[in-house]
Amino acid sequence: MPVQVNGEVLSLRRVGAYHAMTVVAPGVAEIAKPGQFVTVAVGGPDTSMMMRRPFSIYQIRERGVYGGTVEFIFSIEGRGTAWLAARQAHEPIDIVGPLGKAFSLPREPATCVLVGGGYGTAPLFPLADALRARGCRIDFVMGASKEERLFGALDAKRISATLSVTTEDGSVGHRGRVSDVLPDVLSSSKADVVYACGPMGMLRAVSRIADAAGIACQIAVEELMACGVGVCMTCVLPVVGDDGVTRMVRSCVDGPVFHGDRVRFDDIGTIPADALGAPQPIVVKPQPRSSLKPTGQQASAEVTR
Amino acid sequence: MSSTLTVRSAVPAVKAASSVDMTTSLGRFELPNPVLTASGCAGAGQELAQFFDVAALGAIVTKSIMMNARSGRATPRMAETPSGMLNSIGLQGPGLEVFLERDLPWLVERGARAVVSIAGGSVDEFTKLAMRLREVRGISMIEANISCPNVEDRGQVFACDPRSAAEVVQAVRRAVRSEVPVFAKLSPDVTDIVAIARSCVAAGADGLSMTNTLLGIVIDTDTMRPVLAGVTGGLSGPAIRPVALRCVWQVHAAMPEVPILGMGGIRTGLDALQFILAGASAVSIGTEIFHDPMSPVRILAELEDALAARGFAGVADAVGLAHGERPPAGEFPIDAAHHHGQLLTPDDNPV
Repeated sequence: MPVQVNGEVLSLRRVGAYHAMTVVAPGVAEIAKPGQFVTVAVGGPDTSMMMRRPFSIYQIRERGVYGGTVEFIFSIEGRGTAWLAARQAHEPIDIVGPLGKAFSLPREPATCVLVGGGYGTAPLFPLADALRARGCRIDFVMGASKEERLFGALDAKRISATLSVTTEDGSVGHRGRVSDVLPDVLSSSKADVVYACGPMGMLRAVSRIADAAGIACQIAVEELMACGVGVCMTCVLPVVGDDGVTRMVRSCVDGPVFHGDRVRFDDIGTIPADALGAPQPIVVKPQPRSSLKPTGQQASAEVTR
Repeated sequence: MSSTLTVRSAVPAVKAASSVDMTTSLGRFELPNPVLTASGCAGAGQELAQFFDVAALGAIVTKSIMMNARSGRATPRMAETPSGMLNSIGLQGPGLEVFLERDLPWLVERGARAVVSIAGGSVDEFTKLAMRLREVRGISMIEANISCPNVEDRGQVFACDPRSAAEVVQAVRRAVRSEVPVFAKLSPDVTDIVAIARSCVAAGADGLSMTNTLLGIVIDTDTMRPVLAGVTGGLSGPAIRPVALRCVWQVHAAMPEVPILGMGGIRTGLDALQFILAGASAVSIGTEIFHDPMSPVRILAELEDALAARGFAGVADAVGLAHGERPPAGEFPIDAAHHHGQLLTPDDNPV
């Protein structure tokens, strides 16, 4: 069960283009699992920024000198993350977590391909630790626009059987995207399962490739959130349930980890017409010609019930 | 340094017995205290129960429920704004039957009081919802959401027209059992809030919830298009507090006998006190829950302290007090020393 903690910044460091913040957060670290996230309040007590910022958990230390800590990676994208990047050690920080569904782990030792885009690799490291503890083989694929936007390449090399790196500008590794190299990695490693985190476009490509290869794929999505705890209904996306019905589900509590083949990537940003509770088009019954109204007065084809 | 760290307990620390009587009422609904959640900001309580005891609040106001399951609007549905947010959720929900089977019993079992918010696309849907709820036990109050701005047809915002508002209120009031109060939730986006309020009261509303969000737009300057997929959304949070407070003030001034559930950007106990002083008998906490999931219990404790510090025997004594004559300078009932002997700067005003 998540808790809200008056935490304390233990450290803040630069990692390439990113920032890594470690927070003493007793009660969060002890129960956090790979794939879960935390939210932090930004801007201080009288902040004008009402939305907490969600971050995937990078490192979890259940017992530190000062109690359990969690570390998360962020990029300065706006005023909230700029405020976070300006914190000093020992400053208080309001943190809620762990939130969301974690990655599921294979019961037997398996070959796992981990795919990360940008700092989407962050939650894949605690996942790799958990997988390795179960005797799984790790093959890591990471991509970014350029070298400094890769995250954790050295660590990935240390823990994986193979590491494949792609950059869109070719500054390091294969010039292109993770989807260019993934099919080869899947076949050469004889992958049993794929785990991915990164931008939605990348997740769509990875899910397609895994699906085509008949390999199970779990993805952690990044959706815009307001509350992070399941009450606001901001972070929804169309996902097919076990019953075959598409629902607009909350990525904060029903995710952020989903089975890749259940997410209707092409319909994200829309309400699919067959989703549960979708607006129904009005069925216009054929009428005798004489009773047809001038077109300008006809009802719109789609209205909300 | 670890001494400064505290895990916020799921159950708020037991306070020293306070001398302030926090009980209040909304029509016939008697509440142990005047702090509720706001519709759409607390689901039906389950998620927030991870952070505090939902039965400790005056009541949980559930997310507006409609007859059928509803997917809501497309994403993006949210944009952060200065001291607030814009949302266009569009009343996503499971439909009435699932709510009655899954959500309401959970609240009742927890010992929480349930205020059920209902929303209809037509007077007929409101009537059907109310008729079905008539058979249901465990509902402390009904809030008719006649002011959701996130509907495709602005004609569905009943609260923008006195006659439409009255039609819904009358239909709901007739259908619901008489011992269950019916409140109408009003929109601040009207020319004359008092006219709408009068119309609702004349149609049988036992009280008024004020206010819903204000309609707004945010434009993304990179894409040069509206941020929200639904283009417009409802503005909430501290940014709208003075507007909501003004609505409560005006309606209480016009009809001091009508109970008001006040809401709009409440972040602290002092914010809640402003609404009570303006005429609200109780308050709902909305957007601040997203910022601080434990805020409802925090605000309740802060409000109790604020009332005690001002010498109130009960919260009921503070309702509408701001409409009275100003006390002479130097005779504030509380320790307002910081207002004396120095110039009042904007920083001295409660934020």
